[in-house]
Amino acid sequence: MRIAYFPGCVAKGNCPELNQSTKKIAPLLGIELVELTGAPCTGAGVLQAQNPVLADTYNAKTLALAEELDLPLMTICSTCIGCLRKSNKKLSEDEGYRAEVNAVLKSGGHEYHGGVDVTHILYVLIKELGLDNLRGMVKKPLTDLRIAPFYGCYILRPASIMGIDDPDNPTSMERVIEALGGTPVDYYGKTRCCGFPIGLENEEASFKMAGKHIGEAKDKGADCMVTPCPLCHMNLDLQQPGVSRVVGRQLDMPVLHLPQMVGLALGLPLKELGFGKHIISAQSVLAKLGA
Amino acid sequence: MIQANLKVYRYDPQTTQEPHYDTYEVKELPDFATVLDALIKVREDIDGTLAMRCSCRSAVCGSCAFRVNGHAKLGCKTKVSTLAPNGEEICVEPMGNMEVIKDLVTEMEVFWDKLKQVKPWIEAVGEPPEREYQVPHTKMVELQQPMNCIMCGACVSDCTVLEEDSKFLAPAALAKAYRVVGDPRHGKAKEWLTDLSEEGGIWDCTRCLECVEVCPKDVAPMDQIIKLREQAIEAGLTDNIGAKHVLHFTESVAHTGVLDERTLPIKAAGWGWAVKNAGIAIKATLKGKIKPLLPGSHPSVTEVQDIRRIHKQLEKEKRK
Repeated sequence: MRIAYFPGCVAKGNCPELNQSTKKIAPLLGIELVELTGAPCTGAGVLQAQNPVLADTYNAKTLALAEELDLPLMTICSTCIGCLRKSNKKLSEDEGYRAEVNAVLKSGGHEYHGGVDVTHILYVLIKELGLDNLRGMVKKPLTDLRIAPFYGCYILRPASIMGIDDPDNPTSMERVIEALGGTPVDYYGKTRCCGFPIGLENEEASFKMAGKHIGEAKDKGADCMVTPCPLCHMNLDLQQPGVSRVVGRQLDMPVLHLPQMVGLALGLPLKELGFGKHIISAQSVLAKLGA
Repeated sequence: MIQANLKVYRYDPQTTQEPHYDTYEVKELPDFATVLDALIKVREDIDGTLAMRCSCRSAVCGSCAFRVNGHAKLGCKTKVSTLAPNGEEICVEPMGNMEVIKDLVTEMEVFWDKLKQVKPWIEAVGEPPEREYQVPHTKMVELQQPMNCIMCGACVSDCTVLEEDSKFLAPAALAKAYRVVGDPRHGKAKEWLTDLSEEGGIWDCTRCLECVEVCPKDVAPMDQIIKLREQAIEAGLTDNIGAKHVLHFTESVAHTGVLDERTLPIKAAGWGWAVKNAGIAIKATLKGKIKPLLPGSHPSVTEVQDIRRIHKQLEKEKRK
């Protein structure tokens, strides 16, 4: 299947291993990624506080690029899918607003007509590829690995914009983990906020949020966590030493990106999945898998 | 008829018993029964000691907010059949972020305290008009959203920042603040926004969308907080990390189309932040995770000129 691919800023910035692992697993899954190299940042809910029309126009450009290819748009970031779907809903449902935004877009040679399907690799695995097909592709099942999913906010909420999984009781990540042979770990914090967005404004609260969820996953016996959001990954992995200090507990919790977990089960060489770039070593996970 | 299988949080401060859960099989409920209907039947027919608040049973009064299966909901607006189509157990607990008085009844003081802090009233300045104050219809339509708040406390219950920082004003009070600040009759918007830009105010919201999801009246508190941020920036209240975060974010994207996460924190939070985080930044750079800050090391989108054009045009239009 061909998909318009939107990696987003973080996968090209502070989490290059996410973009790298996505590009490695895609051919094995039969997915042709057509990267939208002209597509800008979604605004991440930050830019929207200065100029919401500017954010919607950037997103309209990205949506128009996918529309021109007549392809669904796939992100690998919870925040990106949330922002793109919010703009998409407004642009697709409000003809007057779409015309206003298109008046700006047209000078750059683009126009958005509405209705592009914006999805995430998590949902592509389930809805497009299918879990039975994914299960059949597994070469190294994640047997005996206890994995705590961490969803991130925007991939679930609000249901009026996302409407793919149940925000109160999601199952997508768990179903993928099971299809890959792993054991999902259930815990309350899996749908809560990692705290990343206020890391600069209120670091203590931000780190306490991350520490609480990592600690809960650890208490439930998780060998590692896995997330479909690179912003969550930054607070859970990159900042984990600081998080440990704030919560007064040595957490030592490896955190995987979703495509890395899929890559492990597909039997890809470890180096190709970028585990060496993590701040918290995933060696314990790899050892458990005999990788 | 349907049956509700409830697992209910119990706590009575007048006994020495620790908080615990009791289970109830509530039989012979009508098909359309709500969680509140089931709880009322528990209290009336099974266990008269169960304490809870409720009144209108019609999602108007806002009395019966509980945590149902871990998330705040109005008991009277949550159908048993939707939540548990196959008779699954439904867990009912008191709201979060508040002290429990007894069973499902919480102390709402935290809610009212924060509401008072945002000064939820309009203060006009200057001489009043000869006749009534006039407000554009479109503005009142927009303000209708925060005005829909029934003060049930659901958003405060599930606020993820309030769990970690008791100073945070939390969603309900901030949504109410926008209802005031956004009203053209209010003459002291900048004064209100100055207070709201302090620690614990608009810049401490983590944008987790929990408040948007749990609000039973579509107030979308987080959206109101984003509007307050926009107004604060427009009012020139930019000498704080939150506003600088937004301004430098926009500037970075306008430059290349891609956010530069390496320079944004330094520009927003200053060199003190950089010094404090130097260790982790060096470690991440050595691991090849973060690119060194060298010229040309930051990616750019292929249509970068178009991004700059869009930014320039829309910022110009906004300033008008």
